[in-house]
Amino acid sequence: MSRKGILVHRPYERLPREQVELIHQASMQILSDPGLISFNRKAVDILHSHGAAVESLTGDHQSWQVKIPEQLVLKALDTAPKTVKLGARNPDNTLIMNGDEPRVYLITGSETNIWLDVAFPTYVDKNDSSREIKIPEFKPRRGTVDDLCQSAHVCEHLEMVDGYIRTVNIQDRDITEENKDVNKFFASLNNNTKHFMSGLTTLKQLDNVVRMAELIAGGKKALEDNPIISFITCLVKSPLQFVDDTTDTFIEVCRRGLPVVVSSSPQAGTTAPIKEAGIMAQINAEVLAGITLGQLVKSGTPVLYGSVPVRARMDTLGDSYGSVETSQYNIDCAQMARFYSLPNYSTSGVSDSKIPGQQSSIERLFSDIVVAMSGPQYLHCAFGLLDCNSVFCLLQAVLDDAHFKMIKFFLQQPRIDQSEMEAVLQQIRNVVATPQKLYINYIRPVLRSGEISGVYPFEGSGERDDVFELAYERMKELLAKPVEHIDQETTARIFEEIPGILPRLNIYKRGS
Amino acid sequence: MSKDIIAAIKGNVIQGRKTQDDIGVDDSFAGKPGVVELVQQALDENASPQEIITEGLTAGMQVVGEKFSTKEYFIPDMLASAEAVGAAMDILKPVLESANVETKGKFAIATVKGDIHDIGKNIVAILVKGAGYEVHDMGTDVPAEKVVEFLKEEKPGYLGLSALLTTTMIEMGVVIKALEENKLRSSVKVLIGGAAVSEEFAREIGADAYCVDAFAAVKVLDSYQ
Repeated sequence: MSRKGILVHRPYERLPREQVELIHQASMQILSDPGLISFNRKAVDILHSHGAAVESLTGDHQSWQVKIPEQLVLKALDTAPKTVKLGARNPDNTLIMNGDEPRVYLITGSETNIWLDVAFPTYVDKNDSSREIKIPEFKPRRGTVDDLCQSAHVCEHLEMVDGYIRTVNIQDRDITEENKDVNKFFASLNNNTKHFMSGLTTLKQLDNVVRMAELIAGGKKALEDNPIISFITCLVKSPLQFVDDTTDTFIEVCRRGLPVVVSSSPQAGTTAPIKEAGIMAQINAEVLAGITLGQLVKSGTPVLYGSVPVRARMDTLGDSYGSVETSQYNIDCAQMARFYSLPNYSTSGVSDSKIPGQQSSIERLFSDIVVAMSGPQYLHCAFGLLDCNSVFCLLQAVLDDAHFKMIKFFLQQPRIDQSEMEAVLQQIRNVVATPQKLYINYIRPVLRSGEISGVYPFEGSGERDDVFELAYERMKELLAKPVEHIDQETTARIFEEIPGILPRLNIYKRGS
Repeated sequence: MSKDIIAAIKGNVIQGRKTQDDIGVDDSFAGKPGVVELVQQALDENASPQEIITEGLTAGMQVVGEKFSTKEYFIPDMLASAEAVGAAMDILKPVLESANVETKGKFAIATVKGDIHDIGKNIVAILVKGAGYEVHDMGTDVPAEKVVEFLKEEKPGYLGLSALLTTTMIEMGVVIKALEENKLRSSVKVLIGGAAVSEEFAREIGADAYCVDAFAAVKVLDSYQ
């Protein structure tokens, strides 16, 4: 069994075929001239041994100019799997992604440093003390491992969340660079049975997190069959540079055959051209360079075409995820990935707003709708994320789940066929012949069949806007619902074999 | 035996099944007798009409109302149940009349002159009938003279006036004035409703009550009992 996601029957496309081909050709030209600057020696050696032209560069850091010929890229595109399976602790949560099928899975993430708490203090009207109003107050603080557990817990119960990317960076005093990876993997996997994807803080922990996944999945072979974890690597820094450490991580993940996202996140205006043609040609070249390297490391490595393009804000030159162009780039990338028949890791829903509210709702809903319509297979759609990518608010994640239900409903295939039409024609004749001329009696057969969209779940009463308060209540309900933790025996083995996991995360030893 | 039938009537009211052909919320009712068939069966087995009404129909509607207030049921469920009760009341009417049992009263309803909107009016008519009143629907675009004429002939105790438009709501005041001129005002309670009207407007034109929706109309009518 796998999750159904949202099958987009007629995906929205911005680019006519000739523009797709133009971008592809431009990317090929970029890869051969100027090519990429690599700060990673292994990548240089691998690419060089397969025919890439390499030239050593002078500078503070050792680097090489690598020119990748078109046939190398095309061969990699041949060997990269068109269907990628992302497993899960609960096999019912498996995600099957086919590059040619626009079936959208909704995923959380990415990682933020700040956790936003919410409280509802009561204010009294100065002119009428009998009038009170509750106003949400948001308080930012550094994220902790407990927050990550809570986030994973709530996202387990959010109906629209198909997979989990950790939403918060754990910054407890007892978290170090050495133990961060094992703790973030354990906290997430222990509180969520959906697919878990993450980046690595240090390559040294790769084997530990893979071993942890093997123990949970039931062994090495079981993990191969049911890859409950996968990795995100930003091996290419825009413009066109293989980064040393993340490229190392990428190569090692590929060697282990686990699914991996080749992600690039150029910013139009600063690290990519401001023109759409330019950022598209460049991001496509950057992703293809990564995919080529991955296939050369291990042919058949399951990869996702990862695109996180963004436009620069003109007032700060920071990321403007809320800009309309950012959605345009993401939709273009979904189309490029489909051109190569590769599953697409895409981005939507990131808001420039610092707190939940109207700006946040407008920005995220806009991009969530239009990007989902383009049919990317793995849409990391910023459940709960605010202030670009730096703040996570659990309340916002609960709100996001509600609007994704609306988007899912909207993207359903229309049910218009001959038998449906005959039935409604009969209905129309019947009703017109009645004195009341109402179709209400015909609602009931579809009332509980899922054919009618639901009321917005956080609708207030009368003229009050109770959205935040109602969503907060829902959040508390979800936190109170139990989750299926990793069993006691496996937990014991994980703590025995994997060093560095905080003892307080062992739910079977709490209070002892 | 009749106890079982009356329990089944209640159950089918809750399901909103007027006849055996209707669907309910619960699939297990499919193909089984609905309220109409069961009421006839209960009468055939000499159940008292009062018992059918109180323990079957009214008790069922009570549950439906509760389910609606907890958002388990929606308006179409409520209307289906009310229609089932209305159909049962049509069967029971001659029996009640021959036994000299009084009904809850006559309720006439109309959309006023110039306004052809009738969704709200129709929903009110169904729910009020389902609540046990004898409903006379005069239709849409009904002029004041026709209302007066109807009231003189049928003598309903209650009159419902509906208007959707701000341009037609003033016609409600015209009707009330016509009732006063024809010395009918004291014999009928006038309830108004519709998107354009309000509590304040009801007071201005001298209506007895403003009903925000069909449920409010039933509540207001019941308060006059």
